[in-house]
Amino acid sequence: MTSKVETDRQHPGFYALLVALVVMSVGPIVLMLITSLKLNVDIMSDTSSLIFMPTMRNYEQVLCDVLWYQPTSISSCDPTFGRALTNSLFIATISTVLTLVIGCMAAYAIVRFRFFGRDGLSLTTLIMRMVPPAVLLVPVFGIWTFQFCIGNSCAAGTHWGIILIYVAMNLPFVIWILQSFIAQVPIQLEEAARIDGAGPFRVFFLIVLPLIKPGLAAAAIFTFRIAWNEFLLANALADRKTRTVPVTIVNSLTEYNIDWGVIMATGMLLAIPPIIFTFVASRQIITGMTAGAVKG
Amino acid sequence: MQAANTHRVTPYLFLMPALAILAVALMYPIGYMIYASFLDWNPSQRIGEAAWIGWRNYVFLFNDPKFHESFGVTIVFAAAVVTIEMILGVGLALLLDRNIRGLSLLRTLFILPMMIAPIVVGLMWRLMYHPTVGTFNRSLKSVGLEPIPWLSDSTWSLVSIIIADIWQWTPFIFILALAALQSLPKSVVEAARIDGASGWQQILYIKLPLMLPVLIVTCLLRLIDAFKVLEVVLVLTNGGPGLSTEILSLRIARTASEFRELGKAAAMSNILLFMLFALTIAMFVYGKVVEVRQAKLRATAEGAGH
Repeated sequence: MTSKVETDRQHPGFYALLVALVVMSVGPIVLMLITSLKLNVDIMSDTSSLIFMPTMRNYEQVLCDVLWYQPTSISSCDPTFGRALTNSLFIATISTVLTLVIGCMAAYAIVRFRFFGRDGLSLTTLIMRMVPPAVLLVPVFGIWTFQFCIGNSCAAGTHWGIILIYVAMNLPFVIWILQSFIAQVPIQLEEAARIDGAGPFRVFFLIVLPLIKPGLAAAAIFTFRIAWNEFLLANALADRKTRTVPVTIVNSLTEYNIDWGVIMATGMLLAIPPIIFTFVASRQIITGMTAGAVKG
Repeated sequence: MQAANTHRVTPYLFLMPALAILAVALMYPIGYMIYASFLDWNPSQRIGEAAWIGWRNYVFLFNDPKFHESFGVTIVFAAAVVTIEMILGVGLALLLDRNIRGLSLLRTLFILPMMIAPIVVGLMWRLMYHPTVGTFNRSLKSVGLEPIPWLSDSTWSLVSIIIADIWQWTPFIFILALAALQSLPKSVVEAARIDGASGWQQILYIKLPLMLPVLIVTCLLRLIDAFKVLEVVLVLTNGGPGLSTEILSLRIARTASEFRELGKAAAMSNILLFMLFALTIAMFVYGKVVEVRQAKLRATAEGAGH
């Protein structure tokens, strides 16, 4: 009896702590949002002001090229950000889809046909997880510029070159997380389908895939996040036309005279998809995060 | 016969694309890098044109004071963030492991810093660390204290990147520790409580020892990731002032792109990779040891039961 009351009604201090933690974790993000809605005059003014006229000018300047109307406040339009946004979307989406399809098939083969057991798989995943992008920088630059060429066009500087390395980087983790979900699909279901005359591909697509949707969601979010956020390799591989948003952000950072309003608006646009994913699928994200450590 | 054949081929068909991509775009580059670390190579050359110089890149690095400094900064950074984040994360998990309403909302909000691009995290903190209009110096000034040179002083800049990393990654440890706590067998904690163990005793003698396997894996995962940090530091300080925040992965990137010495960058990558490899193997072996020990315990328990 008493324990029930004890666990449900807490000391008010705990709620204070909760509020403090929320403020600390969300504060910087809110600050970014507020700054992106300010004019530079307001950002740089001496008095810190919570009261200001919110303006969409920074966003209009960033997106001038993809907006459906002509912003009145901007004299000249710089198409860099609009193009980078399109590039980022294309690269992240395609590499997520490819990674999921390929990773799913591999995970299925590993679980159902008992390839190199779970130990081998988890060790490989761990080893792949430890490889820092900085380590891949030199070889990927060298190989993509000089070796992966068809005729005169090389993989470096194309969307597909960047997509290839993102798929490779994400595959081990995706295979690892999906195999733990596939292992839970009862094999009797598949056997029943097989007896009814379905081939291995039909069994896979019609029986297994629909059952592991939560795993697919977790894997998709993690892949998309890495492809969407990655800077270093995109910076080494992209040329002017294929630059992604993180690359343009770093390029527009200078030692002095940073246009904080515009850069925060860009940062906010880059942060929006991950923020949406977090609110929509936090449970799946936590599953993905804890899968490696807690389940073993 | 036909069916048996397709059955034998299918697994390879399913595995083929993944294996091909991993071989071409991950294994091959890593092998290539190991080879490149023995070359004197700049980005305008094809790798075939670069001269073979044996171990000279490594010898150079072992005598290079800049590399030593960068190495030292990396170790200090990794040790500091992992220690502080472990204490904060596990502490918070122990404190908040109860039926509080809003805990799941807190967990959701806590994931945000990890999901947002590291580049953007760097941007936010750079604005907050701004010498005149940044949040911190403004607050300091409003209570009448001296502003702090967050990013322009060589000691403070290291502290600054450590604080930013703690903000970003403490939630990771919190979430894993909380998951571990909630998967503990309820009966054990309950039994300790009935035997009259105080809150501290429960934590010290029951909860922490039972969580230990997960905590060690979490700690190693975080340590591996701490060696991979790059973008936040790149945006905040770009390694400066001087070399005070030039962690190893940043130095690799700069050696490759600014100093155009791909061979030396590859040698550094190799050293970093080797360290991470050792950590990973340690983690895997530890996981196995725990598994074997638990299996043995279970066997004895069952043996006693019979």
